[in-house]
Amino acid sequence: MTERKIILKHLLSCLKTYRKEAILAPLFKLLEACMELVVPLVIARIVDLGVGGGDRMYIVYGCLVLVAFGVAGFGFAITAQYFAAKAAVGVSAELRSRLFTKLQSFSYSQIDEVGTAAMITRMTSDCQQVQNGVNMFLRILLRSPIIVFGAAIMAFTVDVQGALVILGLIPFLAVVVVAIMAAGIPLYKKVQAKLDGVNLSARENLQGARIIRAFCREESEAKDFAARNEALCREQRRAGRISALANPFTYALVNVAVIVLLIVSGVRVFAGSLEQGEILALYSYLSIILVELIKFANLVFTVTRAVSSEKRIAKVLDEKGEPSVTAPAAGERQTSQQRGALRFEHVTFTYRGGGAPALDDIDFSVENGQTLGVLGGTGAGKTTLVDLIPRFYEASGGRVLLGGEDVKSIPAEELRGRVGFVPQHAVLFKGTIRSNLLWGGEATDEELMQAVKLAQAEDVVAAKGGLDGEVAQEGKNFSGGQRQRLTIARALVRKPEVLILDDSASALDYATDAALRRALRSLPCTVIVVSQRVSAVRHAEKILLLDEGKLSAVGTHEELLKSSPLYGEIYASQTRAEGEV
Amino acid sequence: MKKSAVFRRILRLLKPHAGWLVLTVLAAMVTVAAQLLVPFLVGEGVDLIVGKDNVNFSALYRVLFGVGGCVAAASVGQYVVSLANNRVAYRVLADLRQQSFEKLGRLPLKYIDNRAYGEISSVIVADSEQFADGLLLGFTQLFTGVCTILGVLVMMFVLRWEVALVVFCLTPLSLLVARFISKRTYATFKKQSEVRAEQTAFIDEMVGNLKTVKAFTHEDENEVAFEEVNERLRLASLRAVFFSSTVNPSTRLINSVVYAAVALTGALLVISTGGVFSVGKLTASLSYATQYTKPFNEITEVIAEFQNALACAGRIFALIDEEEQPSDEACIPLGEVKGEVRAEAVSFSYDPARPLIEGLNMAALAGKHVAIVGPTGCGKTTLINLLMRFYDVDGGRITVDGHDVRTVTRKSLRQAYGMVLQDTWLKEATVRENLKLGAPDCTEEEMVAAAKAAHAHGFIMRLPQGYDTPVGGTGSLSEGQRQLLCIARVMLCRPPMLILDEATSSIDTRTELLVQDAFARLMEGRTCFIIAHRLSTVKNADKILVMNAGNIVEQGTHTELLARGGFYAKLYHAQFEQ
Repeated sequence: MTERKIILKHLLSCLKTYRKEAILAPLFKLLEACMELVVPLVIARIVDLGVGGGDRMYIVYGCLVLVAFGVAGFGFAITAQYFAAKAAVGVSAELRSRLFTKLQSFSYSQIDEVGTAAMITRMTSDCQQVQNGVNMFLRILLRSPIIVFGAAIMAFTVDVQGALVILGLIPFLAVVVVAIMAAGIPLYKKVQAKLDGVNLSARENLQGARIIRAFCREESEAKDFAARNEALCREQRRAGRISALANPFTYALVNVAVIVLLIVSGVRVFAGSLEQGEILALYSYLSIILVELIKFANLVFTVTRAVSSEKRIAKVLDEKGEPSVTAPAAGERQTSQQRGALRFEHVTFTYRGGGAPALDDIDFSVENGQTLGVLGGTGAGKTTLVDLIPRFYEASGGRVLLGGEDVKSIPAEELRGRVGFVPQHAVLFKGTIRSNLLWGGEATDEELMQAVKLAQAEDVVAAKGGLDGEVAQEGKNFSGGQRQRLTIARALVRKPEVLILDDSASALDYATDAALRRALRSLPCTVIVVSQRVSAVRHAEKILLLDEGKLSAVGTHEELLKSSPLYGEIYASQTRAEGEV
Repeated sequence: MKKSAVFRRILRLLKPHAGWLVLTVLAAMVTVAAQLLVPFLVGEGVDLIVGKDNVNFSALYRVLFGVGGCVAAASVGQYVVSLANNRVAYRVLADLRQQSFEKLGRLPLKYIDNRAYGEISSVIVADSEQFADGLLLGFTQLFTGVCTILGVLVMMFVLRWEVALVVFCLTPLSLLVARFISKRTYATFKKQSEVRAEQTAFIDEMVGNLKTVKAFTHEDENEVAFEEVNERLRLASLRAVFFSSTVNPSTRLINSVVYAAVALTGALLVISTGGVFSVGKLTASLSYATQYTKPFNEITEVIAEFQNALACAGRIFALIDEEEQPSDEACIPLGEVKGEVRAEAVSFSYDPARPLIEGLNMAALAGKHVAIVGPTGCGKTTLINLLMRFYDVDGGRITVDGHDVRTVTRKSLRQAYGMVLQDTWLKEATVRENLKLGAPDCTEEEMVAAAKAAHAHGFIMRLPQGYDTPVGGTGSLSEGQRQLLCIARVMLCRPPMLILDEATSSIDTRTELLVQDAFARLMEGRTCFIIAHRLSTVKNADKILVMNAGNIVEQGTHTELLARGGFYAKLYHAQFEQ
């Protein structure tokens, strides 16, 4: 399918719910246009019959008819605007809703690939652009051609030769509009790119304010910014110069047609085949065309922007979400007997677009209730390994088994319900402490407080006024250490089979950290502790030592000290640094 | 800021462009005059085409020649107006952006710390853009609109005063309608932007942390919450979009009433004056009637746009006027630094209601290493903020080599420090530019040597374009690699004093061990402030400051502090008790 077809398909399917509105809006626009198109005919009559015949009553009636047409046009227009607004707003709401559902179905790989900033832009400003575009399209883009062609056709009913002059004008106008668009759109794209650059500069300088000041780079940053800023200004002016051509050109062309029209009409009236009032009507039609075209030219850009937004949205919506369960339905599945047991069978994993595998032939197993330590340097693949357990990423080769069952055959919701995950980046959500803890699962207040106690977060909850303590967006009103403890409590609320702590105690001071480790050891679940530090994993029943994606050694602390030179080296490096462990 | 004040400020911004503005005004006047003459001349032309065998062709050609001239003048004039406006608006926009950006460098960090980045950058980028749009649109349309309305009235009076009077009397009608609609629209728009802000915040939070959402299978709950706010936004938008789109049909309705009234009076006049008020003049009048109401329509739009532009300008000016950090003018440069740092009775807090540091005393002799330890939130980072003068003390003083830091220039003070932070910020630029951030004039060899010392050379060479690989915000480097670059960056400037805040927290311990020798050499003979969670890394410091709740509770060497058996000893034992 071509790109264009995909976009169209998406738009149409979103419009489906609003099919009635999307059809009625242009229809009422058409009716409104008819009301406008009749006006010159009425005027011609008033002049030729009313004025020409000296019939005052005819003039009065004619003018009342004009007002009546105006009122009818108003009614039609308002109706059309309402339907257009309803359809446009509906489409953008529908798009947002679909996007949100789609984004939530993304796998971690897709989240990495698309990127958070892009996802947010798709849902906010891109949807808004589409809304504007659909609205304008239904209102103006259909109305303008109707009016232009309608005016030309009406002109034929007045006089064929005069109408031909008007008809001859249309291709010229089309050329001008198309040429200006063709020249303008790439320029506006450039402007957008430059604008993104300026935006980036500004954000970067805010984020790096400390470093920039520490290195006294304020002035040179301002110079860099000036260069980007000037480039943007140049592009904006260039684009502006092109789009400013539209109005003068259309104006000139239409009036050239007026001149030609008057000459032709002069000849025809002289020959007696046209009347004065009819010139008036023809002239009116030309004016209508002019006004309409100017509106049209100005709106083309809105629609172009909407199309490129829709293109970006369609790309996201076209992604396939996370693969659902491939294996038999839940009923046929053997319910696992080996609660909490975990096994990796020759697991290999490569990130999308990544070259070398991030995990290479990983093979190990853990019994229920054991503590597993995962140790390794930066980029060794520790986080990747634990991310495979709740199937955040899908193993590229081999199998991951939880309770003896391939995680690929466990429905995602059930699987993730059985795993308590404490991510590296501790984040809370707007609401209360209670609402955040309940993310873990349904629980009574006592159960929540028990989890809080285990996570050494009692003082945090107390300091914020209990479970109803307010949590600001992303938990900004908590310190890093407080957040970390609450995220641990959140994971404990679901009483998981497997608890994964991905370097989750980094912001805790040592006393708290030690108390936490003691508390976790009392839990009846499998605990996986990921860390760079031997001290965090040395008491585990089993330690996996990862090195550049490969399983370098497995064993207890004592075994590894004997068998693994790398482990010994890491241990030594930390002991040397710490004096004693 | 008051609207009138904002307006005066805008006028002042425009002052240097007065020449272009005068050109705009003149060109707009020419355009309007020429545009208004066209219907008049066309009307005369129609009058020359009376009927069969009664067309004055030579006079008609003369008239049409005039029409051509007017059209040419109007087209050129229109383009000149656009160009001049373009120039002024984008120039003013670029200047404003530059001003507000440069302001960032002079604002106290407190201002930046207390606000979301998006909020400030949207003032610099989005608000200034809106302002320019409003200015560009506003000025051209407002001016030509007003000119057209006045011009049309004049032309109508020239044609026939009765017609003009009819039009003039109907004017209040269109003003009334415009007022009514814009009032309604404003309220609905306000409601819409409130709901939209609510939804955006929700999207920011949930999409921004999508991985966590998925880890807790919170998708369904989110969907319900999202649909709820999405539906509210849909309804609010429907009202806003619909109300704002009634402007056009309404003015068109008024338009047709005016049009009919002109047709009525005009046509009756043609009969009663026996053709003195000719059909051609009627044509012209009708054409004017159309042109007369159109600007009203535009002006209503422009006024809404203008209001918005004023609000944006207000925010930009507020940023530009924001109180700056105290000036450096009276300060002297620090000169050669030995590196003796003292804090005397320092008190400081971010929020006056919640005192943080009070009566803090500390001394770091030249070349000595001072470690700062303590639980999370005890004020370690705050101390750095004060040393670097990111914030100024509320009471007491901090001195370097005996100079109060407030009496020396910030530049010389900050150049005396090298800083490696936990937050590994890199500029959106190449590796090379990032490394040379602190020492732009260093040679290639020096840079490579520093990278090698920081054990960053190896992975840099493995990057697709080596030292020319772009890195930055969301780049492909791991946290550990970024930290190595930050370390190399400081190694390259070799400042007399160092601040290391968890400088190796993201590096794995083996690499850390490798970097440590280079670090040790760098620290040799330099005054260092070291912050670390791991007490092991601070054991060898000449002095350890133990902080708790904003105060130094103990200080001494590792052995002294252990012997004392106080807070430090407790922390230390907790760390190693397993």
